[in-house]
Amino acid sequence: MSSQKVQSQPSFFTSLSVGWFLATRDLARASRWTTLLIISVMTLTFLNLVVVSGILVGLIQGSVDANKRQYTSDIFITEPLSKVYIEDSRLLASTARATEGVIGVTERYLSSAKIEANYKRQVQADETRDTANASVAGISPVDEDIVTGLSSEIAEGEYLEPGETGSILMGADLLYKYNQITSPDIQVLDEVTIGDTVRVTIGDTVNEFVVKGILDSKLSEIDLRIFMNEGELRQLINRRATNADEIAIMVEPGTDLVPILDTLRSLSGPDGALVRTAEEAQPKFLQDITATFAILGNAIGSIGLAVASITIFIVIFVNAITRRRFIGILKGIGITSTAIQWSYMFQSLFYAGAGIAIGMCLVFGVLKPFFAEHPIDFPFSDGILVATMGGTLLRAGLLLIATVIAGFLPAKIVVRQNTLDAILGR
Amino acid sequence: MNIIEAKQLTKVYHTGVLDVHALKDVSLSIAEGEFVAITGRSGSGKSTLLYQLGLLDHPSSGSVQIDGIETIGLSSDQRTVMRLSVLGYVFQDYALIPSLTALENILVPLLMQGDVYGVAEQKAKDALQRVRLLDRANNLPSQMSGGQQQRVSIARAIAHSPKIVFADEPTANLDSETSRAILDTFLDLHTQGQTIVMVTHEPEFAALAQREIIMSDGVITNVITHKSS
Repeated sequence: MSSQKVQSQPSFFTSLSVGWFLATRDLARASRWTTLLIISVMTLTFLNLVVVSGILVGLIQGSVDANKRQYTSDIFITEPLSKVYIEDSRLLASTARATEGVIGVTERYLSSAKIEANYKRQVQADETRDTANASVAGISPVDEDIVTGLSSEIAEGEYLEPGETGSILMGADLLYKYNQITSPDIQVLDEVTIGDTVRVTIGDTVNEFVVKGILDSKLSEIDLRIFMNEGELRQLINRRATNADEIAIMVEPGTDLVPILDTLRSLSGPDGALVRTAEEAQPKFLQDITATFAILGNAIGSIGLAVASITIFIVIFVNAITRRRFIGILKGIGITSTAIQWSYMFQSLFYAGAGIAIGMCLVFGVLKPFFAEHPIDFPFSDGILVATMGGTLLRAGLLLIATVIAGFLPAKIVVRQNTLDAILGR
Repeated sequence: MNIIEAKQLTKVYHTGVLDVHALKDVSLSIAEGEFVAITGRSGSGKSTLLYQLGLLDHPSSGSVQIDGIETIGLSSDQRTVMRLSVLGYVFQDYALIPSLTALENILVPLLMQGDVYGVAEQKAKDALQRVRLLDRANNLPSQMSGGQQQRVSIARAIAHSPKIVFADEPTANLDSETSRAILDTFLDLHTQGQTIVMVTHEPEFAALAQREIIMSDGVITNVITHKSS
């Protein structure tokens, strides 16, 4: 006689449906506390996978977002490297203002300045003067506020009024009170409060200004600058209104930037102003840090995935080991190894799926809105939680794949054991 | 026609330096529809013989033909399929899956055979009816007595109409009254033409079988044909 008479193996679908049958009954009648515990572990594992790397990336994303929101806005125009200012900036600005979808345009005039506080005080021979070097920006307070919301960064005092002269806003990092640096290479002003008069030297011109407000953001382009009305600065540096140094353009969300960029680039010409998106205008160090943190985030994510896989492996292995005898009985009565393995894979998928579902609700329903409302206060940014739906679903998918493998392996190890030994508990 | 043909079955357990010969050149035949009891003292090899005949274990040497199929050399998966399609088991401690109800315990092998749920459910209910436990169909094993669990175990063993039912000391954990009821169930099955191979250490129960195979030290020492069956 030959083994050819043995009935054929049950079909894949039969094994699948028996695996499902066993899994659903096991899950339905398992201890609720045990199930809850396993799902909690899976939820925490998923959060570890998404939130840790999300916060890490969010630290830099906070900086990137701030750079765009408070400085470059959506489109940023600067002078070309070979020029000291933008040629015919007024044409670019007015064209942008007339373009559909543009919310606001702000032009900035820049110069370097030396600021001196407490200059009326007698300075002894062994004392240094209370001075600091800064960049001075001439702005239209209204336009700037529309585009970058500069007034919201006022930490002390008041914002500039249009046409106001003799007043400046001072970046917080120029003041020792906010920036307690003691390096001899970096100068900050020691004792300046709202209403104090400081002496500002721009080129050969020296003028006195009243400190009207102090700006405290986490962006050096604000915190290391002083701001005054653009007309006043232009007068001091003898600059025409058509030659701004920076133009920031804010557009309505969802607006296609390409036609606007094309129009502005054609106006500025090949050797003219640099017309860039916020992303293109990002400082190189931010781009580098973003890339580095993305690598770190992926590395941490990979470790999280490995931890998740090991966790599921242990959970399923312990589950399978404790039911080794019943697995033996199932095999003894003719249930195929494949069906038993499916049963454990379905169970691990359930645990992971439930953990992921709860984790997703926590990430998008609780944590992301929470960190958006209450950013983590880092010295260089307001850290948020970066968790895109696509990225999170990708991680969830990877976790599910890892789960299937991690659920399959221990089941296979236990199922492969001798049937009789398993039944008899040997 | 013989449904089981075992020839020169030997089973050796390797326990460290010592080899234990649980079966020594055992040969036997069991006819279709026969009710055979295997008896012997503890350690005589009766359960080991049952495991070899029931394809739960591999003999060290010898051959076992079940329903005309030589089982030595079958893969693990083929043996599983044979256990599913041809054999039924009743274990000493019932061996029910605790997370499944009585009905579901019986359903699983039927679904594995490819029966659609409705057909499998009806067969499972019929099997429960045969052991007079249909009213406990939705009870978990933990909600039933030992005797009831053993009857569910018997129902599971017969639901898929196997050619042979193997029973390993099915009354060992039961009181005498329940044991007698279980034995009556086996006798009913036998009356309906079911081949039954039962291991027992109770002479009284062995006497109910058609044939009693007595074992000692891994060999068959005597075969008694009973007239009562």
